[in-house]
Amino acid sequence: MNINGVQIDATFAEAFPMRATRVVITAQNLKWAYYAAQAMAGFATSVIACGCEAGIERELDPNETPDGRPGISVLIFAMGGKGLAKQVETRAGQCVLTAPTSALFAGIAEGEKIPLGKNLRFFGDGFQISKRINGKRYWRVPVMDGEFLCEDTTATVKAVGGGNFLILAESQPQALAACEAAIEAMKKIPNVIMPFPGGVVRSGSKVGSKYKALSASTNDAFCPTLKGQTKTDLSPEVESVMEIVIDGLTDEDIKKAMRVGIEAACGLGAQNGIRRISAGNYGGKLGPFLFHLQEIMA
Amino acid sequence: MTALTFTLKAELKQRVDASPLTPDRLTGKSPSEVGAELLQCGNRQIRTDELFSIEGQNSDSLVFRGATGKLDYIGKGMSRGEIHIEGDAGSYLGMHLKGGRVVVSGNVDAYAACEMKNGEILIRGNTGDFLGACLPGNKKGMAGGVVIVKGNAGDRVGDHLRRGAILIEGDAGCYLGARMTAGTIAVLGKVGDHLGYGMGRGTVLLAQVPTSIPPTFNDCGTHTLGFIPLLLKGFQGLETRFSDMSGPLRRVRRYAGDMCGLGKGEILIAV
Repeated sequence: MNINGVQIDATFAEAFPMRATRVVITAQNLKWAYYAAQAMAGFATSVIACGCEAGIERELDPNETPDGRPGISVLIFAMGGKGLAKQVETRAGQCVLTAPTSALFAGIAEGEKIPLGKNLRFFGDGFQISKRINGKRYWRVPVMDGEFLCEDTTATVKAVGGGNFLILAESQPQALAACEAAIEAMKKIPNVIMPFPGGVVRSGSKVGSKYKALSASTNDAFCPTLKGQTKTDLSPEVESVMEIVIDGLTDEDIKKAMRVGIEAACGLGAQNGIRRISAGNYGGKLGPFLFHLQEIMA
Repeated sequence: MTALTFTLKAELKQRVDASPLTPDRLTGKSPSEVGAELLQCGNRQIRTDELFSIEGQNSDSLVFRGATGKLDYIGKGMSRGEIHIEGDAGSYLGMHLKGGRVVVSGNVDAYAACEMKNGEILIRGNTGDFLGACLPGNKKGMAGGVVIVKGNAGDRVGDHLRRGAILIEGDAGCYLGARMTAGTIAVLGKVGDHLGYGMGRGTVLLAQVPTSIPPTFNDCGTHTLGFIPLLLKGFQGLETRFSDMSGPLRRVRRYAGDMCGLGKGEILIAV
């Protein structure tokens, strides 16, 4: 398959099951909602070492938020419910509770519940107030700028993590430009996040390592400087490879995001040095969800 | 199917316990079985069809018509369906209500929404004393749901209130929110003396400044509280002016008390 001179490999991306939740952060204005959201979704690029993968899903208008203020929705993914609960609570406590004017709400109503403000309320040292509104419990925790309003719990759902595709280009700047175009398009798709910095990862990994302690290591087949040193997957003209990783609430959401992302990258075409689109295919070792590139782009 | 309608044949001389006439208890019953339901009236029991002429079939929607002011315990323990009272209602309206909706076009006597658990009660007229309270001697008042009063309420509204919301669009009497454990009472009109007497926790939200603030409530200053718009938004879809009050109630003066008790309750007064 070839789109605008860009080869789409006959391969698939592998993804694995995760547990996810969405939270809604509101504040006096978007600027402060962003500060809280960016902190909450910070250091959450990969479950390998961060404990979770998180990212900003989108901005919310005041008429979309529970308290009628501007807001940001954040998606958080982890390998299981317990891990997710720990990460959500820690991040809510350190990143949102602390952010001026912020309030925190559940963004998913149905599913297994995990604490949001349920334990954070104890920060109120006995002055916290519970309010049950339309069947949901909220906590008003007195803080120095007024009150921190936080929903008691948020719901978690089954989700999919690790959807991906690789952009192979003739130079590093060209690979990055294609990634930026892809990310801009993918940000418009709901229910997905691209958890790496700017949505792009340059250190794609393979499963396993020569070192026993490591479960993942550099994807040497796609490292351009190793073309003459390892069993490479790169042709001589490819000088840079970058990956976009996608976590989504369902595999369909990931497919949609991959499609618009690849379309946008291919939009720059061969004339801008974009040569191939490939994917992180680990021969079935990584996970049960397979995203065939050519099927998605058909 | 038309609503199952009970029209009083004559004015009642004594009070009648109407608690057997709820959607829960009448579901699946034939018209003759509904007519044979026994109602306590003074010291004797009377068949329903002796007091009422009965029309309609839909037992999920009941209507009471006529001089209904002596019908007590309407909707007691009901968990679903609707009851409409076209006129006044007696005491203990919606007592122990677990769900569904009760609408009264006229006035209501004392102890409406007494120990109510959930559901909605809409009273277009006035209510007597002890709205949303508990029975004398008990310590757990209304524990959920919403009560809307379009007119005025008597004394002791929300005595021992535990959860849920009481929204009064007119005035309220003395001892409003006395001994509250939690929950919310909001009043658009004036309120009487001894506001929040013995209040432990909970919120009393007032649109007008009361004539006096009890000395056992401490001024905590003026604030914009994020939960108020959320609370008022929660009343959207209900027949109440409070759902549109987030502007006037945006800023409030907060008084904490009752300091003679637990002292974790609050009176919020719009500024």
